[in-house]
Amino acid sequence: MLNYLFLALLLLILTGFLLGRTQAVAIRSATDVRMHSLAGYHGWFVAAWVGIPAFLIVLLWLLFQGPVIDWLLVASLPSDRVDALDAGQLNLLVSEIKSVAAGNVFGEPDQLVKEAADRYNRWNQIANWAMVAVALAIAISGLLFSRSLVSARFRARNNVERIMSALMIASSLIAILTTLGIVISLLYESLRFFDKVSVTEFLTGVNWEPQIPIREGQVTAGGAFGAIPVFTGTLLIALIAMAVATPVGLFAAIYLTEYASSRLRTFVKPLLEILAGIPTVVYGFFAVLTVAPAIREFGNTIGFEIAPNSAIAAGGVMGIMLIPFISSLSDDAIASVPQSLRDGSYGLGATKGETITKVLLPAALPGIMGGVLLAMSRAIGETMIVVMAAGIIASLTMNPFEPVTTVTVQIVTLLIGDTEFDNPKTLAAFALGLVLFLVTLALNVIALRIVQKYREQYD
Amino acid sequence: MTDVSAQTPTVPPRSNYWGSAKAKRRIKRRYAADRRLQIYGISAIGLAVMLLGVLFATLLFSGYVAFYTTKVDLSVYLDPKLIDKAKPEKANYRKITRDAFFALFPEVTDRKERRQLSKILSSGATYVVRDFVVEHPDDIGSLVSIQLPVSDPFDQLNKGVIPREIDALSSGRIALFNVLKQRGVLHVENDKAYVKTDVYVNPLDVPEGNLEQADYDRMVNEAFRSFFMTARNPAYEEILSEDAAAAVKARVLADPSLVGKTIEVKLPLSEHYDSLARTGRATIVNPRFGSHKDFEWFDDLKKRGLISTPFSWELFVNADSRFPELAGLAGALSGSFLALLVCFLLSFPVGIATALYLEEFAPKNKWTDLIEVNINNLAAVPSVVFGLLGLAVFLNAFGLPRSAPLVGGMVLSLMTLPTIIVATRAALKAVPPSIREAAYGVGASKHQVMMHHVLPLAMPGILTGTIIGLAQALGETAPLLLIGMNAFIPSIENMGLLEPAMALPTQIFSWSDSPERGFVSRTSAAILILLAFLVTMNAIAVYLRQKIERKW
Repeated sequence: MLNYLFLALLLLILTGFLLGRTQAVAIRSATDVRMHSLAGYHGWFVAAWVGIPAFLIVLLWLLFQGPVIDWLLVASLPSDRVDALDAGQLNLLVSEIKSVAAGNVFGEPDQLVKEAADRYNRWNQIANWAMVAVALAIAISGLLFSRSLVSARFRARNNVERIMSALMIASSLIAILTTLGIVISLLYESLRFFDKVSVTEFLTGVNWEPQIPIREGQVTAGGAFGAIPVFTGTLLIALIAMAVATPVGLFAAIYLTEYASSRLRTFVKPLLEILAGIPTVVYGFFAVLTVAPAIREFGNTIGFEIAPNSAIAAGGVMGIMLIPFISSLSDDAIASVPQSLRDGSYGLGATKGETITKVLLPAALPGIMGGVLLAMSRAIGETMIVVMAAGIIASLTMNPFEPVTTVTVQIVTLLIGDTEFDNPKTLAAFALGLVLFLVTLALNVIALRIVQKYREQYD
Repeated sequence: MTDVSAQTPTVPPRSNYWGSAKAKRRIKRRYAADRRLQIYGISAIGLAVMLLGVLFATLLFSGYVAFYTTKVDLSVYLDPKLIDKAKPEKANYRKITRDAFFALFPEVTDRKERRQLSKILSSGATYVVRDFVVEHPDDIGSLVSIQLPVSDPFDQLNKGVIPREIDALSSGRIALFNVLKQRGVLHVENDKAYVKTDVYVNPLDVPEGNLEQADYDRMVNEAFRSFFMTARNPAYEEILSEDAAAAVKARVLADPSLVGKTIEVKLPLSEHYDSLARTGRATIVNPRFGSHKDFEWFDDLKKRGLISTPFSWELFVNADSRFPELAGLAGALSGSFLALLVCFLLSFPVGIATALYLEEFAPKNKWTDLIEVNINNLAAVPSVVFGLLGLAVFLNAFGLPRSAPLVGGMVLSLMTLPTIIVATRAALKAVPPSIREAAYGVGASKHQVMMHHVLPLAMPGILTGTIIGLAQALGETAPLLLIGMNAFIPSIENMGLLEPAMALPTQIFSWSDSPERGFVSRTSAAILILLAFLVTMNAIAVYLRQKIERKW
């Protein structure tokens, strides 16, 4: 139905455009008065009046239809049956009604559920038809209204341009809305989490066992939410990645900017960029398929037990991923050191190597540091490599040969599959997400600050 | 002219001469440091390029086998008694398929053996037969030849991915065994291996002189342990056969005076170590197979020319499956396509509009600064956080369906927006002012200058940025996992923006998690296909940049 509605609206928009334009053309050829705007602008004006309000209404309708009908559904249930239920049981009942309404009947649902399901289906149908009717009515009245405005003196171009400006402003607000959406959703769910688990336990506890008993009295771990081992695991893997990526990336950048011929540069730089373009899920598979077994085998030959999901495998592969990141940022930093510094150093008789280590690197250090911090923020936020290659159990260790878990691994494992939003296990993922967001944001801001400050020095 | 010596410069200490040995050494050292730096640089680049090579080599090596499947040519009689022409999809195809397959091996009649035999065919073979009959209902009643896939272990066996037999002993155990070898205590007699060693018949282990009840195991272990004083691995206890104690017992029973003495005995080895000592190898049938019979049957099929390895169209036209030999990417490809379509439809217009506004129309004030800072920060937010946003806002608050390409596309478009905005702004900046001035000069309004002149000229650059952004979105996995686009969808009949779907990267993730050996090569093949898409998209972007983008 929605598809047909969209199709109908598109057709109406097209009709509006054509009607507006033909009307303007008719006015132009019938009278001697010069039109203020070209005929096309009249067409666009009518089209905008047909399309924009109708699409906005459909969008809002779609957003609110579900919640409103849910609310009506709950309100329509007999109060003697519903009052005794808590929020979770009520949710369960509502989803049972919905699954019965969708036709997935297991066994014989009771009368209440059946009736509610019928009601639910009926209301949804009514709502859908009402949406179609309202949208079409608005589109058509928009068409009639805007066509009545078309005249020789009507400033269609200015109006169309004003509408376009408004659309552009609305578009640029999406960036802000996204950030707001991230901050609000993370904060909201985290606050709900901190209702159940105290902030101090989360930030300072050393036990991370988020398995909450599903049934009452079930004998499992009671659910501990001390995130310190998760944080140390993230740090360990990120540090291993940086230990791989920083030297390799930095030396590669030094060689490429200062020593390499331009032919080698044009050949090697794209190769390094390929490393940056490979999706992380591919690196994750590479870690599992090749790197982790290789490291394990190496450990075996020297008589040393290494876990199959050791931190060093995940961190090492993440380091490979970050090489091009560090090398291109260091490359920029070194290349933007003014030539005069190089010339001065050569003039004093320094070798190329001395110029690099004693002059260029110190001068480029802020830029390189910025790059390293950005890479660090990438490493902390990187998900797929660690989900596939690192561990799930949180253990408080800094031994790179043991499995550790990371913030992103926990977020994914806690949220994969069906998620209930009243469970601390689910909400914990949002609290971790909030920490992740804040830390990466801070690292990025610091890095950008450092880079900007450094740029000001030489410009 | 008399005092010449006063005019000559003071001679510096010899050590500072540029020509002195010390200075030469110093210069040599300085240039050595320079060369060292170069070597570090070259090896860093070499390492990075080598790792890239290793990555591609492993993917190619493990992935190419997934592009063909091992199949059996089977003559199936489509019995009209078993298949109802009106409802061909309802028949018992399991029986039809198995009967046809058993007909190839009339000598196998035992039920247990037949069950083992039927495992050669893929469990999905019955569906292949069913689909064939549904497509060719006229063939009911006739004998048709159908190519049916074999099950995963035989597919992998035929491709040479897995061996028939594997080592029975781990490398650690073989290392323990080699200790015995080095001691020179191993002997082979009459096709049986022994450890020749001294055993002290400890009177303490003979309770009350009862030779029958004596603890010979302990005596043997005491003696045997002495070979492994330094080994921490207790696995050496497995090396001796359980009959080893009996050998001692027999000697002692035959001659009771040996109690309290040290005797030399030949201790037999347990099965695998025995074969290791005699032949240097100890193998068992790969546990993925039932027994050696499997190989006989399969080799027989091969000898009769019934096994073929055609190109695996299944990989492209099938939906996901639990059986690796039948699993395909059709669902994942269409899911990714739909998600990318949504992503493009949302992020392309919004991105251009935002860039146009910020670059050309917006006044420079706090608000526009805020927007710009926001966009820069969004580009650096970890992808998993976008997944959390999608889960909390699109799924939980707006009530959109889980696993739907629409939601996936919406989340991806938020991540692609910054890329498109940055690229568009750069492309707009690159259009020279002369174009704008000329347009203004003939009386165009600002909007007309932008829409009719600047934007069309900037379009190649914008498209380049958009394609690069979409390529990134195609490889993005984590946010799609969080909104459930890793659901197992075994059919491709229901494709739609609101239907549950997979995406290519999430398919890769879920295959890489599957235990069957065949999924390893499927995963690699899926990665190769994903990379092929990425390479194509980037090649188009490079082409646009180099050929169509105008240089001013």
